[in-house]
Amino acid sequence: MGNNPYSPHTDSDRAAMLERIGVRDLDELLGAIPRDARHPKLGVGPGLSELEVQAHLEALAKMNTNAGAGPFFIGGSIQRRYIPAAVPVLALRGEFLTAYTPYQPEVSQGTLQAVFEYQSLMAELLAMDVVNSSMYDGGSATAEAAFMAVRVTGRHKVVVASDVDFTYRRTLRTYGRGPGLEIVEVPTANLATSAEGAACLIVQHPDAFGTLVDVRAIAEAAHAAGALCVQVTEPHACALLEPPGALGADIVVGEGQPLGITMSYGGPHLGIFACREALVRQMPGRIAGQTVDADGTRGFVNTLQTREQHIRREKATSNICTNEALAAITAAVYLSLLGPDGLRAAARAGVARAHALAKRLAALPGCTIANDGPFFDRFTLRTEMGGWDLRNALIARGIQVEVTASHFVHGRREGRDDIIVQCTELTTEADADALVDAVAQLTRSSETVATR
Amino acid sequence: MPALEPLLFELARPGRNGRHVRTSETAEIPDQFKRKAPLRLPELTEPQVVRHYTHLAQLNYSVDTGMYPLGSCTMKYNPKVNDRVAGLFADVHPRQSYRTTQGVLALAYELEQMLMKITGMDFVSLQPQAGAQSEFTALLVFKAYHAKRGEAKQRRRIIVPDSAHGTNPASAAMCGYEVTTVKSDARGNVDLDALKSALGPDVAGFMLTNPNTLGLFEERVREVCDAVHAAGALVYGDGANMNALLGVARPGDLGFDCVHINVHKTFSTPHGAGGPGAGPLCVKAHLRPFLPKPWIERDADGTYHYDTAREDRVPAGQGDSIGTIKQRLGNFGVLARAYTYMKTLGEEGLVETGRDAILSANYLLALLRPAYDVAYERPPMHEFVISAAKQKKQGASALDISKALLDEGFHSPTVYFPLIVPEAMMIEPTETEPTETLDAFAAAMLRIAERVKTDPAAVRDAPRNTPLRRLDEVGAARKPVLRYRGT
Repeated sequence: MGNNPYSPHTDSDRAAMLERIGVRDLDELLGAIPRDARHPKLGVGPGLSELEVQAHLEALAKMNTNAGAGPFFIGGSIQRRYIPAAVPVLALRGEFLTAYTPYQPEVSQGTLQAVFEYQSLMAELLAMDVVNSSMYDGGSATAEAAFMAVRVTGRHKVVVASDVDFTYRRTLRTYGRGPGLEIVEVPTANLATSAEGAACLIVQHPDAFGTLVDVRAIAEAAHAAGALCVQVTEPHACALLEPPGALGADIVVGEGQPLGITMSYGGPHLGIFACREALVRQMPGRIAGQTVDADGTRGFVNTLQTREQHIRREKATSNICTNEALAAITAAVYLSLLGPDGLRAAARAGVARAHALAKRLAALPGCTIANDGPFFDRFTLRTEMGGWDLRNALIARGIQVEVTASHFVHGRREGRDDIIVQCTELTTEADADALVDAVAQLTRSSETVATR
Repeated sequence: MPALEPLLFELARPGRNGRHVRTSETAEIPDQFKRKAPLRLPELTEPQVVRHYTHLAQLNYSVDTGMYPLGSCTMKYNPKVNDRVAGLFADVHPRQSYRTTQGVLALAYELEQMLMKITGMDFVSLQPQAGAQSEFTALLVFKAYHAKRGEAKQRRRIIVPDSAHGTNPASAAMCGYEVTTVKSDARGNVDLDALKSALGPDVAGFMLTNPNTLGLFEERVREVCDAVHAAGALVYGDGANMNALLGVARPGDLGFDCVHINVHKTFSTPHGAGGPGAGPLCVKAHLRPFLPKPWIERDADGTYHYDTAREDRVPAGQGDSIGTIKQRLGNFGVLARAYTYMKTLGEEGLVETGRDAILSANYLLALLRPAYDVAYERPPMHEFVISAAKQKKQGASALDISKALLDEGFHSPTVYFPLIVPEAMMIEPTETEPTETLDAFAAAMLRIAERVKTDPAAVRDAPRNTPLRRLDEVGAARKPVLRYRGT
């Protein structure tokens, strides 16, 4: 007793259990295990008290610079946004947190109804027919969308814009190695003319650099070639921009983290996945549906399970089993707290602050905004200094930005060496001032160096 | 449990707005891109939202509310300190420089070391976000390994036992492999003769869960691994049942080339109503070059960075790596919880965990044996499978019994899995349930078995004490209603 603080068995419990089982000791139960492999020494060190563990983890956490510690402009698919106090209080209640997949719907209505509400809220936001109840993240959702398009069309070529988030494209390429898909990367401007023979065209709007994209034209080109249009999007953008369903997208994917989920160094997050009604039986992942009980009362169950791995095994639409249901519930709580006005306000603040900041930066000598058109709540800043040097100099001043990683194509950096500036409702006037001042100083001194 | 709860949409009324985020700023968006479709999200006050989700939470069964004996899911208690310390890492973005995330990298590096020691493997990738994604990752690694040896085209089949989790064949098919199923023998092991005749130069790998989904340890596991290796194929370990092996045996000592760990099971991170989880992949040295990138490296001065992403330099390239499954370190928040659990338990606690899990399962089986058929008469590891075939003949199926258990205040075991046992009920008590609870669960199961004999119709009519009675799943699938569309 006592080595596992969460196990209740005393030594006398264990003795009584062995007696009831009818064996002298535990080893009598382990006869199937090769004797020389039994009871290995692990060498993981002694256990700590809760107090010691807490102190140890606090010390580790102090070795990080939190995003909130200074001006912070890193973003893209994962965003630092305001999370209302009620979100974690509700979503992290033990009854949601410590439940499992709702295999017994009669005692899991909380999970099932919350997930059904998530599906309904997201369907409204995206203007799509059907939303599943959560993939792992935006990257794997993008790969699953490509796989689904391949199943639907029977084609093996996937065309993806090189302005799609770098991490999504990398994940897509990795997944594609399995069935040996032909994955072609072209600039967004060339997507429409690359549709011939493709299972799908994958476009991101707003793209990884924040630029707004004419998705309608791309969807039309896809459909004319018998391909599907997959749109990668962001939930806040859908509150202000024409939603994917209105633009002709057949499948919509994205990252749901900005909906009240912490950044947590990349996970756990939430993959958004939506499609048109006609495609629902090809959709990967879990879906909650409405039904009635034996008395005719409304209730919810996991449905269309004949697509899933536990029934269909190798013929399933996907292998996904453990998913991100809690993250979907969190997103539902966030959306119901903010409501339409709150969501629009959060999105609008990011756009307004990004545009104001871009104007100030563009006015500095040697600085240009390098987007290929109108942008949303992030933009690309090009300076003579180069992205990496500028970023490292900014980090030294306590300002965090990132370099345009999205222009890594096939693992190589191509073309630009800029920084991306993401704004949200958490970006303050003081943050903006700090960035403008620092860039002004740094670019001035780099000019001096260049002329010397 | 409370009465049922209306949908959010039914509680809402236009004009009931929160003040969580407000701004007077205007966004300059060109007309052609502006949303024209109305945004019909429900409008509610915060108190309404709080009551709504609190009521919904109360409609859920969970580990925090009771015993959850779902076989193969390892629903052990989730320590609260894990959740608290995971929150210390909430405000870090994965695209921050390694210079500003040394704490993240230090934790991850040490977690990798501990996982290697516990599994007996040589290297770890923390990227996979779930067990099934880790299976898929491992099969990509197999494919890359065979390709490197010039055998990619030739090796197009994956073998799985008939007792395998459904994710195994699904992952293999997703990875472009053909799937061959081999049967189990009379003792619940992989049938070695069937396996040997299925093996050949076209096989890429064999996926083995050990202990298997019958709760049994493969008695000839080393012969199984040897046979697979002799055919030039690789052995994948599905680590979903790793809880039984903690300090008892290591996959790396038994012949496996790799194993994934469902840290949300073995290392007590909460399952979150179906997820998130995390599924680190542990491999032997010969598979390391193919693991996802980037890898964490530790310098002599104790600082950490990534091998490919020294960020301010051109990446070193991915070499033989399959690429990226998830940027950086997968579900870090889940990994931080698992790390905390392992640090809390330490060597002795982890060893005690495996042993107590085995003890609890064998104890509970001894209590149930008088009333239910046992699928395989061998000592199980941390879970076991009984059959309700006898009760089915008396008029109530495993499904009926599972619903009657809900009326008794317990969550049900996993039913109808594994597929090879008729009327299967797969029970995993875990090490965190006291004997009093195990006794009460067994008493409920025995009472139900008695009721099946005398009044099977009453059991078929269960549940009656839950918020809803039995739900029409067939109707839900026939006419899918997948979102609220107004009344």
